[in-house]
Amino acid sequence: MTMSADEMHDGHTVGPNPSPRIVMMGLRRGGKSSICQVMFHNMQPLDTLYIESTTAPTTSVFSSFIDFAVMELPGQINFTEAMIDAERIFSTCGALIYVIDSQDEYINSLANLHSIILHAVNANPNINIEVFIHKVDGLSEDFRLDAQRDITQRVTDELLDDGLVNVSISFHLTSIFDHSIYEAFSRVVQKLIPQLATLENLLNVLCQHSGIDKAFLFDIGSKIFVATDSSPMDIPTYEICTDFIDITVDMNNLYAVDRRPKTATRTDANTNAGRTDSSNGVKSIPQGRPIGSTSRLSNGVILYLQQMVKGLALVCLMRKESMPKIALVEYNIEFFRDALEQLWLIG
Amino acid sequence: MAGSARRKLLLMGRSGSGKSSMRSIIFSNYSAFDTRRLGATIDVEHSHLRFLGNMTLNLWDCGGQDAYMDNYFSTQRDNIFRMVEALIFVFDVESKELRKDIETFVLCLRNLYEFSPAAKIFALVHKMDLVVVEKRQDVYRALMKSLEDTSAMFSFKVQGFATTIWDESLYKAWSSIVCTLIPNVTVFQRHLQTFADISEADEVILFEKTTFLVISHVTNVSSPGFRSDSTRFEKISNIIKQYKQSCSKLRAQFQSLSLRGSDCTAYLDTMTANTMIMVIMSNKTDSRGSTDLLGNSDTNADGDDSFAGEAENNIILANIKIARKMFEKIEMMNPDER
Repeated sequence: MTMSADEMHDGHTVGPNPSPRIVMMGLRRGGKSSICQVMFHNMQPLDTLYIESTTAPTTSVFSSFIDFAVMELPGQINFTEAMIDAERIFSTCGALIYVIDSQDEYINSLANLHSIILHAVNANPNINIEVFIHKVDGLSEDFRLDAQRDITQRVTDELLDDGLVNVSISFHLTSIFDHSIYEAFSRVVQKLIPQLATLENLLNVLCQHSGIDKAFLFDIGSKIFVATDSSPMDIPTYEICTDFIDITVDMNNLYAVDRRPKTATRTDANTNAGRTDSSNGVKSIPQGRPIGSTSRLSNGVILYLQQMVKGLALVCLMRKESMPKIALVEYNIEFFRDALEQLWLIG
Repeated sequence: MAGSARRKLLLMGRSGSGKSSMRSIIFSNYSAFDTRRLGATIDVEHSHLRFLGNMTLNLWDCGGQDAYMDNYFSTQRDNIFRMVEALIFVFDVESKELRKDIETFVLCLRNLYEFSPAAKIFALVHKMDLVVVEKRQDVYRALMKSLEDTSAMFSFKVQGFATTIWDESLYKAWSSIVCTLIPNVTVFQRHLQTFADISEADEVILFEKTTFLVISHVTNVSSPGFRSDSTRFEKISNIIKQYKQSCSKLRAQFQSLSLRGSDCTAYLDTMTANTMIMVIMSNKTDSRGSTDLLGNSDTNADGDDSFAGEAENNIILANIKIARKMFEKIEMMNPDER
């Protein structure tokens, strides 16, 4: 079950418009490779125990609605020599994710983070610093909040001491064993999308006019949500939407006509019983008509999914009273889809 | 009032082989991950499960520790082995004492021969995820060969399955086992075939509602472009079971699911109080439809005329409603009727 070195492809962002790049840094054994594997290569969280230590900078390119390159810098590298190189990377970077292992002593990690922030802000004053306080699945609720408070305090204090006041920095509690990593990553990615405000606006208008309680725009492959409407969001809703995407794609793939090499399907939330038969495990959708599904729940909620352009999917929650008017809702969604197409022709 | 059939199932095997885990996944909605919190079973754990309208499964999960096993074959012999409908013996593929396991199996057969000679025998070669993929067939065949030989000595026919809780093979094994116990499964099959023919569906599957085991399925083999993944039935069981668990997080259950897929349209809806039906209609690639050789359809605004449209949608739902009465009657049928 070990991932071999060639399964992590080392791509670059080529072309006249280099895609937004996210750099992931942190001390060794922090969890950077695990995060990349679980999010972008569909690896099961339990299998990440077998990942070998990263020795060279590795880039995962994931291209869906927007091209992203996530570059993971190994934790062992000697920073002082690598820093000159790193500054070049930071200047083309949109966000820097720093992964801290919350189950370990993090003082060294914070010192490292501080020096990295100095270099990063030097190279690119607009860079977003995102701190992932990782592996929180092993901590109790109180401990998590304590850790978050402590780390936030220390980091901001040190930055103030150095006179850096305009640094955009956020802290997230994450774990690969639940949905928190997806949520945190969604937030990171959202800050890098220039079209975010427009998307949120479009979703708000759609919801108002179609009797939809909550709508998300998801990236099907990584299950990051790109945008949502302004109504309050809670985690169980987000989780059921991601699960709904999974079952829709899995069911569809069972009956899909074979037009391309077989892709892996996720069979259980925590397993990889040797059934993946391709090296790139990203969940993909066969060509054909855009996928959609609807599910009725016993508490009167309707889950509605419709595939959109560029590997995105709209997932909505409605009340069952909207079902008789579903034709109108779908009509509105068509307009939404047209708007998305126009957005990406321009953007 | 139709009498209900009681089926006694013996679940036996060495301690730690996975009997209680299997039982909790299939019958108690545990996820594979949750089973790690199960402890050793103390003596025999009885579960009574209503399965369909006219059948009760009486599952005897017999703890596998040596102390209990000795009891089963001595003082509790006739209690355990009398009136058994089926024996499900679980072999842990990693067992260091395979010989002893087979001996225990033989002891079971000997006792069944005496007390329940009509019992059906099933062997589950379990924890297959721990075996390297290339070796799995060989390991399974090797064990089954010895089991087949020993069963033949008592004129029993053993049916084997390779299983693991980490994929859908568990559902395949248990669906097959439970199907042999349903008293009137051929009636279900017959009526499901009629339903499929009338609805012009490519595939129709009938599931039991709580466990999502497949009761019966019908496939219209003449449909072109149908990917024939032979393990799709158990994969569906697995997928929907997970969906059920997700829904329970919102404290709700799902009632229906309708999929407008890239090459098919599928509906999963309640049939009777105990069953759900799934109707699959694939994209009809005939010359009328706007599909090219690759099966790509042009998705213009007025929709695709080769896919099941709104009209067919409603027809299927209407058919299910009408068929409901019939299927309810079958469930309540006297188990001895055919």
